[in-house]
Amino acid sequence: MTDFLEVRNLTMRFGGLTAVDNLSFKVEHGSIHGLIGPNGAGKTTTFNMISGFYTPTEGQILLRGEDISGLKMHEVARRGVVRTFQHSTLFAELTVLENALVGTHMPFRPNIFAAIIGWDKEDRRGAEARAREALEFFGLGHLAEERAGDLSHGHQRALGMAVAYASHPDVILLDEPFTGMNPEETKHMMGLMRRLKEDGITILLVEHDMQAIMGLCDTITCMSFGKFLAEGGPSEIRNHPAVIEAYLGGARHVA
Amino acid sequence: MRNFLILLVGLAALIALPHGLSFSQQEILVFLVINVLLVTSYRLLTLTGEWSLGHVVIMGVGAYSSALYTKELGVYVPVSMLLGAVTAALLAVLLSFPLFRMKGFYFLIGSFAAGEIIRLIWKRFREPFGGVRGISGIDPMPDFSVGFYQFDFFEPVSYYYFAGAIVIACLWILWRIEKSPVGLTFHAVHWQDKLAQASGVNLRAYRTLAFAIASGFAGLAGALQGHYVGTVNPNSFDIEVMVFVLTWAIVGGTATFYGPILGCIVLTVLNEIVLREMGLEQARPLIYGAIMILSILFLPNGLESLVQKATRRKTTAKPEEKAAT
Ligand SMILES: Nc1ncnc2c1ncn2[C@@H]1O[C@H](COP(=O)(O)OP(=O)(O)OP(=O)(O)O)[C@@H](O)[C@H]1O
Ligand SMILES: [Mg+2]
Repeated sequence: MTDFLEVRNLTMRFGGLTAVDNLSFKVEHGSIHGLIGPNGAGKTTTFNMISGFYTPTEGQILLRGEDISGLKMHEVARRGVVRTFQHSTLFAELTVLENALVGTHMPFRPNIFAAIIGWDKEDRRGAEARAREALEFFGLGHLAEERAGDLSHGHQRALGMAVAYASHPDVILLDEPFTGMNPEETKHMMGLMRRLKEDGITILLVEHDMQAIMGLCDTITCMSFGKFLAEGGPSEIRNHPAVIEAYLGGARHVA
Repeated sequence: MRNFLILLVGLAALIALPHGLSFSQQEILVFLVINVLLVTSYRLLTLTGEWSLGHVVIMGVGAYSSALYTKELGVYVPVSMLLGAVTAALLAVLLSFPLFRMKGFYFLIGSFAAGEIIRLIWKRFREPFGGVRGISGIDPMPDFSVGFYQFDFFEPVSYYYFAGAIVIACLWILWRIEKSPVGLTFHAVHWQDKLAQASGVNLRAYRTLAFAIASGFAGLAGALQGHYVGTVNPNSFDIEVMVFVLTWAIVGGTATFYGPILGCIVLTVLNEIVLREMGLEQARPLIYGAIMILSILFLPNGLESLVQKATRRKTTAKPEEKAAT
């Protein structure tokens, strides 16, 4: 397999604080890659740099060999890298279906002149079909007309993923998708992730739920205080002394 | 079918409306129609979450440029009106470069400053803007006939029909935009710009698009007004007028398409009938300010929320009727 997404010597400083420090790892195409570490390790900051929300202080992000660091978020998205947010970030005032429709912005780019004349019926139909497909996939089809802000926490997490999935991404960056879900929902969601992987979507996953991480990931990168700590398959990481040390030193423990 | 009938009756009412009114009331009606376009275009901008204090000045840009195109270049009036609208839209694209570095409150202040600079330019340069006194003797819309009706633009009724037809067409376009995927994207940019951007939306492009469209239609409203009144000057587009537009939008509510229109109509009627009759015309800014504050306090969702309540009661009542039969 080829190196699809590569992070090279990535560094992010906020004033005096180095949130991510010279981090490097590679994500293989079609894999589920975990990124773990204690609270404040710099996982979200890494996501923010990959997705273009932050410009790295130093280092590069390579997608299919192209340096995408410093691009704007929508430019990164248009190259196929789509993210979700750690805190349920949704269009709370819009309906569930409208949320998913915004997700179809890239495959069905709106055209204002066609819209005024009414020549975009096919696109609108296509966009709605895709939006509904994404909602069905995440088990939200029956909630299409609800206001997104009124959904339960678990459903909101799922909707965040549906919005990302609706855009036909190549890579999805998921920031703690399982928080707020009960074990049943988590298990179900893990099944959906495996199906996404079968569809050829590469997943980069930040999660504190170790059972989920260990059950899903092909490769796991562990970081602590912004620095690379260890990398390997689930069994390697589970037994890695440095990882255990980091988690015992921190608040959470490896399950 | 039923909607079509309602539309037909509404149209007939709009056509019959000026005939029951006095000459001065007919003139007010012309301004009302133009202001409906102004406030509806303003709402399109607010869809993306930005509130501007320069919208009325942009309207003035449409009025000034259309006046100048006819005066200096001899352009045919209806064409110059369109060109005035285009000029306002293009200026908005230019202004977007400094203005969209700011958001929210700073955008508000920035747009005010930009508007004041434009007004200063009008005042400062007597060539071609006419300085403080502005431009007068603007070409009126030339009369024409459409067979069954003879447009005589000395009559406010004729201009009401002319402007009304244009405004309805513009409202239709603005409505189509809002109900389209473009409109949805405007909402998305407003409610959660980060998520919109992560979905591939170019924020700058969409903010600029909304600003340019809103400005274009405001410019057209300005041109319609300029060729009707015959004069434009910097003071006809000052902050006081902007406060009126804000008041219409806030009192009417901006959550629906019809909210600002409702606000504009209700306050104009109130203003013209109540204030003018009572001789309180001078106190208009004061009273408008009071109305704005009262409506924020007691009707935070605007007049539209009353309409929504009334219609919702009807629609929720309907299923029960069906169940009963
Ligand atoms: N915008 C910012 N400005 C300043 N400091 C920041 C900023 N964003 C993150 N940080 C700091 O960077 C460090 C890493 O934060 P980050 O959110 O990336 O951690 P994380 O691994 O996602 O943690 P968690 O598991 O709690 O989500 C923290 O110390 C945080 O306080
Ligand atoms: Mg985080």
